Amino acid sequence: MKITLEHYLVVSVLLFALGLFGVIVRRNLLIIYMSLELMLNAANLALVAFSRFGTNLDGQVFVFFVITVAAAEVAVGLALIVALYRKRQTAHVEDLVLLKR
Amino acid sequence: MHEALFYIFAFLTLLFGFLVVANPLSHNPVTSAMFLVLCIVSLAGLFVLLHAYFLAAVQILVYAGAVMVLFLFVIMLLDLKTEERRRLKGLAAKILFVVGLGAVSAIALAFFKSLSTSGLRSQPESGLDGTTFDLAKLLFTSYLLPFEIVSVLLLVAMVGVILLSKRDLK
Repeated sequence: MKITLEHYLVVSVLLFALGLFGVIVRRNLLIIYMSLELMLNAANLALVAFSRFGTNLDGQVFVFFVITVAAAEVAVGLALIVALYRKRQTAHVEDLVLLKR
Repeated sequence: MHEALFYIFAFLTLLFGFLVVANPLSHNPVTSAMFLVLCIVSLAGLFVLLHAYFLAAVQILVYAGAVMVLFLFVIMLLDLKTEERRRLKGLAAKILFVVGLGAVSAIALAFFKSLSTSGLRSQPESGLDGTTFDLAKLLFTSYLLPFEIVSVLLLVAMVGVILLSKRDLK
């Protein structure tokens, strides 16, 4: 059986669903962050697949930019988590309820 | 050959992705980070199957290299304990589960219906490879301005991170 665009998109959708599941279910800030990376990677896979089955390479250039922005985002996010940990001594989302009070 | 490799890499990607978010044996963040590395490497295999050679290399260098080192460094630095899982209970959780599943399958159905009329072929274009040469030609001609803006973004992120990690902000 020939591998078509749909095959890659199904893998991408499943990976995205896994990432979303992780963001909702897990309570550790760092693992939530890793699940976000999973979702970004799922989007990247869909973009590369579209680019392969389309007519030009624009999708791959876009993935290049997504990877760059993701790297910057990880650096800033982890710095925020470290700053938060320094102030509150926790990385669990249920301990971070400052705005609720 | 191509088919077998696709199924192997797709299975490995999804398996490792599942082990990142819901590892039944370990709740340790370090284990999740290690499985995320494996997931990203098998995703790079899928990129190679899609003829995106440059992106496969960048994926391994940037994600499995730089980003994951950053993650592991922060995990070790914070010395995190294993967490307790969140459990959804009661009738509300069941209703939410059914509604969520229904919404996702409705979107997926609409998406795959519209795919057949979208003008995308089911067979890949031959001679359209994501080599370093072809991508660089695009990046330095039609995408020159976004490329420069992204470099400024990296500089801004670097300055922001240094500012955030200073102990006393003036």
